Parts: sequence; structure tokens; C-alpha cells
Amino acid sequence: MQKRDWLIFLAVAVFLAIFPFIAARISAISHYIDIMVFAGIFSIVSLGLCMLMGYAGQVSMAQAAFFGIGAYTSGILTSHFHWHPLPAIPIGCLLSAAVAWLVGVPALRLKGHYLAMATLGFGEIVHIVLNQEVEWTGGPSGLVDIPSLKILGVRISSEEAWYYIVWTAALCTLIFCFNVLRSRVGRALRAIHEEETAADAMGVPTARFKLQVFVLSAVLAAIAGSFYTHYVTFLNPGTFDLMWSIRFVLMVMLGGVQSLWGAVLGTVLLTFIGNEWLRVFADFDILVYGAILLLVALFLPDGLVSIFPKGRSASGNV
Amino acid sequence: MSAESPISAAVDGQAGPPLLELKDVQMMFGGVMALRGVNHRVIAGRINSVIGPNGAGKTTLFNCISGLLKPTEGGVYLDGERIDGLPPHRIAQMGVSRTFQHVALFKHMTVLENVMVGRHPRTRSGFLAAGFRFPGMRREEGLIREEALSHLEFVGMGDLADIPAGSLPLGKQKILEIARALATGPKLVLLDEPAGGLNMKETEELGELIQRVCGKGVTVLLVEHDMNLVMDISHHILVLYFGEPLTEGPPSEVKANPAVIRAYLGESLTDPPAASSK
Amino acid sequence: MDFGAGWVQYLFSGLTTGAIYALVAIGYNIIYNVTEVINFAQGEFVMLGGLMAVFFVGTLHFPIPAAFVCAVLTVSCVGLAMDRFVLSRARNKSVLSLIIITIAVSILLKGAAMFEWGKDPYTLPPFTQGEPITIFGAALQLQALWVLGIVALVVVLLSIFFHRSMYGKAMLACADNPRAARLSGIPVRQMVLLSFLLSAGIGAAAGAVITPISLMEYDRGALLGLKGFGAAALGGLGQFFGALAAGLFLGLAESFCAGYLSSGYKDAVALLLLLMVLFFKPEGLFGSREAAKLKRF
Repeated sequence: MQKRDWLIFLAVAVFLAIFPFIAARISAISHYIDIMVFAGIFSIVSLGLCMLMGYAGQVSMAQAAFFGIGAYTSGILTSHFHWHPLPAIPIGCLLSAAVAWLVGVPALRLKGHYLAMATLGFGEIVHIVLNQEVEWTGGPSGLVDIPSLKILGVRISSEEAWYYIVWTAALCTLIFCFNVLRSRVGRALRAIHEEETAADAMGVPTARFKLQVFVLSAVLAAIAGSFYTHYVTFLNPGTFDLMWSIRFVLMVMLGGVQSLWGAVLGTVLLTFIGNEWLRVFADFDILVYGAILLLVALFLPDGLVSIFPKGRSASGNV
Repeated sequence: MSAESPISAAVDGQAGPPLLELKDVQMMFGGVMALRGVNHRVIAGRINSVIGPNGAGKTTLFNCISGLLKPTEGGVYLDGERIDGLPPHRIAQMGVSRTFQHVALFKHMTVLENVMVGRHPRTRSGFLAAGFRFPGMRREEGLIREEALSHLEFVGMGDLADIPAGSLPLGKQKILEIARALATGPKLVLLDEPAGGLNMKETEELGELIQRVCGKGVTVLLVEHDMNLVMDISHHILVLYFGEPLTEGPPSEVKANPAVIRAYLGESLTDPPAASSK
Repeated sequence: MDFGAGWVQYLFSGLTTGAIYALVAIGYNIIYNVTEVINFAQGEFVMLGGLMAVFFVGTLHFPIPAAFVCAVLTVSCVGLAMDRFVLSRARNKSVLSLIIITIAVSILLKGAAMFEWGKDPYTLPPFTQGEPITIFGAALQLQALWVLGIVALVVVLLSIFFHRSMYGKAMLACADNPRAARLSGIPVRQMVLLSFLLSAGIGAAAGAVITPISLMEYDRGALLGLKGFGAAALGGLGQFFGALAAGLFLGLAESFCAGYLSSGYKDAVALLLLLMVLFFKPEGLFGSREAAKLKRF
């Protein structure tokens, strides 16, 4: 991270730290803490997607599927098998990573439209499996009896506790991603995005890096999925369908596909739009999502962060 | 590889061991034969050029050497080891780097970052080391920056390190490609029309740079249309004509070869680039 | 129903749904051939076609043939508008934004359909009344004959259009080399518009003709689109007869899987086939590998 990013980071961290105290005192926005927990969870997904899509230039319409793999692994292990929630999280990550690897090896040889279609198809298959394996997942009626998270024997149940856990995780993810980008690996990813042939000729094993960043995004989505499971303690396949994959893409695009800060900003905004400001629209919120997606793609391809002046860092976005 | 390569070594055709050897390389696209029966040895420590009219298969030959294409038949050997069919990044790691005829820089990255990407095959930290900033990775990162800067200074672009590569004028972009290629630590560097689009002065500087690159012990294989440049700096020239080697030898011989002159159909080999290129 | 009759029954239903996939695939091909864009909203045209037909028959009490034609025309206009007012404003942007834009349009169409028709499935009366024909103990609905007939008609008309008419030939030329086409005086812009018009119309025809058999609701588009793309990819993108064969094959595979393996996973069959094709033979069964290398995938 560069100086400017550290300053933003500090400001954001301070704001996030005091936000619950402010929100708790104003009854009109006290439920914002709950929304912010979701925003934090989704941020972890969109940070991974931002690395994959914005920096490595690979489209994935399957993030909801990896989110679901993490969520259902945690859910099934803790409800059917009465595991402690903590060890279930890495199992979800491993499973998600393994699936991402299996799908990624052939899929990432594709580009553009074909990659989008392949990930879309894969995501839809996962969605069908979640609906069909009723014995394990509860099918369309959902998976219930999921315990809340327990750390050192303490049950995490208050919204505030969740808020701090989730946002600590999100900020750690953010730092991790910043570090990766400002390294040999990050340069390789951006090189692949800009000129894949030249990157290859300069000694960057392009296939391996694309696969690794795909797996990274899947693992981050799975971690977020586990958090989600234990926060809402109820799972339903509807949260892991195509529309949610598109929503994750929208979160990243809205903020700015080439900016980690943009990913977080877009995620927070869209979570508020979905959970708060659009409630009046009920089911018709997809019209609003469609409209935002269209407007962003047509008129704001670099997202909201492109409105802000850029820092002096020449790379502009890292 | 000697640091200085005396011209005399070049004059006597086969001196020294071949760094790169092409054995009966053939490349077909659909039904079109782009290369046929190319046998050639590139001797270490020299500036070797490949010339020929448009469509002679020069860039195809480069693509076969750097792994972007796999020759339909025949073999490419680097230091006696077969490299055709290997992926480009493996070949880069083994010591072959290149520039592109149509500049292929990472335009949105800075000049320095472009060269830093070039250090990729000589460094190793991965996702975890980078994400958690392990001490080894931080040390390596410092080294990458230092080495990249020294390569930039070598080509005389040290002062442009922090601007986006895409905003450089074409001439500088071509030079930057050379710096990036050198950063991979190559034994052999393939330069694909580095003078294309350069003015006279830039071309002259480019010639000096290529000679300095060779002076560092890096063997050069050059594809170029600017005959003055080629004739001035090459030790050895291979002439391709419709995918087949027409002749090879030191510049003086090639220039005088009637078959070569015929192949260029009256294009004089000593005219300024405007006349001979395209 | 004995084993033999079941087999024939699955064959019938497979051919019927397969014919629909073929039409969706042909829709992809027409747009792809002219613009190299894959239109992620292709499935929504089918959904809209079905629901528009329902609207014309149910609300406006049009006779079926008129409703069919009106539905096709309306949706064609939607396709035209999609290109004219949305995609053409972003033609020069990256593949990623084209993907996002067509996805956004598909969400908007889906949302609009939900707004207008709600979440319930709708049906249409069959185009001709009458008892199903019994063949080898299996029932063949008359509507299925309509489906197959319309697919055959579309394929025949398209081949005539592309190989006999000036317009069709011009469209193929755009696909081949847009720059050369423009230089030789072909109005490429018009051809692009025409491709969206045709492709939306064909999708709508598929939707209208299948609704009496399988009903239609607002959220059917995405899956139909994906499966149709599976057919397009399997047949080799841009290949019309490949799309036809692959569509029928996909429909049969799905129908037999539903019959003999698991009905819950029948949707997954086409998707798995789609993945297999993309992963192992992205140029499709009837496309050439050489040509595929030049395309953008």
C-alpha cells in the first residue's frame, strides 16, 4: 500500500470503528449495523472478484456458487454433523478451492464471452445441486438449525460483535489484496490483463496465475459464505443463484472494477440499496439493479472511484 | 561468452558454438507454407540479423523461436536443448526474450513496472508471500526494483521510470521493450523491427544500444527493414525469401549477392528506410 | 406405459424442446455472425415472445395466428431497440462491458416481464385443437408438430435469405470482414440492426409456439438462453445447421435423462454438455478449429 492508500485506510478504519456507536444512538439508523454486517461479508467476495476481474481481466459469473459452496459446507458440517463452526470454515475454503481448480483449469483457457458463459453454466449447475440434494441442503425449503459462530467458547450473537469480526476480516482481506497487487504477483496479473502474449513471452506463466487468482477469489467467496451462514443461521438456494453472481459483479463494477477501494465502496452502496433503499420496490428491485448495471456499463465504465481525483501514484490504481 | 565480440569472429562463418540452432524448421498455416526448410545457427555473442521482403516469414520465425507458435516440423535448439513446443514462459526462463513488431507494452503500468515484469522469470515469491509480505519477498521486491532501474538506466530511460508506458512516444516505447526484454536476463534477445517508426536520430541511437546489448554478452537476433542499420551493426545476416533461406553470411557478402538483390526486386539495399521498408 | 412407448414419448418431447433450443441457438448465431457479440439477453426474447402472445390472445382476444405474428413483431422491435438505443452506444468498448450490457438488458427485460405479468406461469391454447396423435403407444401433441414445423420453416427461410437474397449475402459479408464489407458499400449499421431484429423475432417465435406445451413465466429466459447457447456452441458458433442438429441433440439428451435418470437434474444435463463443449471442444462439432482461433474466445 502506498501512503495515500494508508491514509484512506486509516480514515475508513476509524470510521468503521466508531460507526456502531453513532448508529446505536440514532434509532432511525440503528439497523444500519445489521446491513453493514452484510456489506462486510459481501466485501470479502467482491475483493476477490475485483482481483480476478479488474486486475487479471478474467470474468466470473459464478461467485455466488463459490459463496454457496462455503456457506453450505459450513451449514451442513455444523447442523448435520454438529461440528464446531471454526474448523468448518477452512473445510469450506478447501472444497471451494478444489472446485475452482477443477473448473478453472479448462475454463480459464477461454476468453471473454465464452468464459462468462462457462462460469454462468457452472454457477447454474451448483444452484441446481443445492436445490436437488434435499437430504443434505434442505433443497428449496432451506437449511435450518445452523448454530451461530463460537470463538473461544463465547457465542457471537450480537450484531455489534459480528460487525467488528466481519469488518476486521474484510479489512485484512483488503490489505492482503493490496499487498498482492503491489508485488511481483500483482504486476504479473495486470500484465496478463493488458497483453497476455507479451506477459507470457516475458516469462509469466499466464495459465498458472489466472488459475491461482481464480482459486483465491473462490476461497475468499467461501470464507464470506461461512460468515454468512453463521450470521443468518438459515440457508436457502435463492441466495446463491445467477442473480447473486450478477449482483457481485455489479458491486465491483459500480465502485470501479480496477480499484479495491471501489469494490468495497460499491459493495456497501449496493448492499444498502438492496436492503434498505429499495425495500419499497420489493421484488421489482431487479429492475433497479438492471438499470444501475446498464448505466454503469454505458456511462461509468471505471466506476464511482473514477469520479474522485487520482493520487499521485503513477500506477493510479494500486 | 566473451564480453566483447570481435567482428573477426563474425566474418569467419561458423566460429564458436551455436547458441540457437534451427533444424529444418517448417511452419504451415492452413495450406500456406510460411517457413520451409530453415536451417540456421545463431552463434553466441554476435548480432545476427534476419532480412527479407515482406511476407518472407521473419516474424513467424521469431514466433517459432519464442514459443508463440509451434513449428509444424523441425526443431529449435537452445544450447543443444530442444525448445520448440515449450510454452513461451518456459522458453523465456531458459534465456530467450523478445520485443514485438507491434509494441506490446503493458500500457497502463508505469515504465518501471513494465521492466519489473521482465524480472519475473528470475524471481519467485507467490501469492502468500506477497499477500503477507514475508521478509524474503520484501527483499526480493527491493532487488527487482533496483535491477529494473539499472536496466532502464542502461537504455537511458532512468528519468522516465514513473510515467505510464502508454504515454511514451513510439520511439521510447520501442526502447522500453528492449529494456523489458533485457530484464528477463536472456542469453538471446529477439528484436522484431525495433527501428520501425523511428526517425533517423532515434535509429542511430538504437543501433548503438543494440551494440551495447551485444557488448554485455547478450546475443542478438534482429529482424529489421532498415537496411542501413542492419548492414552497419550485424555480424551475420540470414536472408529469407518466401519462407526459405536464400543465403547467409556477413553483411558485405550478402549485400553483393545477386540473388538477394533480385529478391528485393530492385529495392536498393543501401537506400534510406523510407524506400526499403514497405 | 411400457418401455417402448416411454422411449418414443421421450423422443417426442426431446425433439420438441430441442427444436426450441435450436431456435435460440440460431438467434445467437445471427447476432454473433454480424457483430461478434454474444447476446446474453437471447433467452429473454423467448420469454417475451411467449408472454406477448399470451397478452395478445388473453387480453386483446386476438386470434392465435394474429397474436403469433404480433408477438414476433413486438419482440423484434425490442431487439431492434436494444441495439439502436443501448448496444450501439457502447460498440467500441471492451468485451467485458458488452457482456455486462447484454446481461443488464436481460435483467431489465426479466424485471419488466415480472412487473407486467407477475410471477405466475401463463399458458396459451394450442394452435390447432384436436386429440394427440398416437404413435407406437406414445402421444404426440399437435402443438409439437407446430413447433417442429415452425423450426423447419425458420431454417428454410433463413437459408434462402442468406444464400439467395442480397440482404442475406450482405449480412454474411459483414460477418466475414466488416471493414471490407463497409468499403464495398454494405451498410454495416443496418445489417447489425437487422441481425438484432431477426434474432429477437426468431426467439419470440420460439417462445410463442412453445408456450401452449410448457407454459411461460418471467424467469425462464436465463436457463433457455444458457441451454440455447449450449446448442450454439456445440454446433459451432455461427453454424446454422450445426445449431439445429445440436439443439435437437441437447433436447433429446435432456428428455432421456429426465425419463431414465433423474428429472430434478434434467436442467443440469444441458449445462454439463455446455461446459464439456466449452472446455474440450470450444469450436463445436461442426466449426473449424482454424476459424475458431481467429475468434475472440
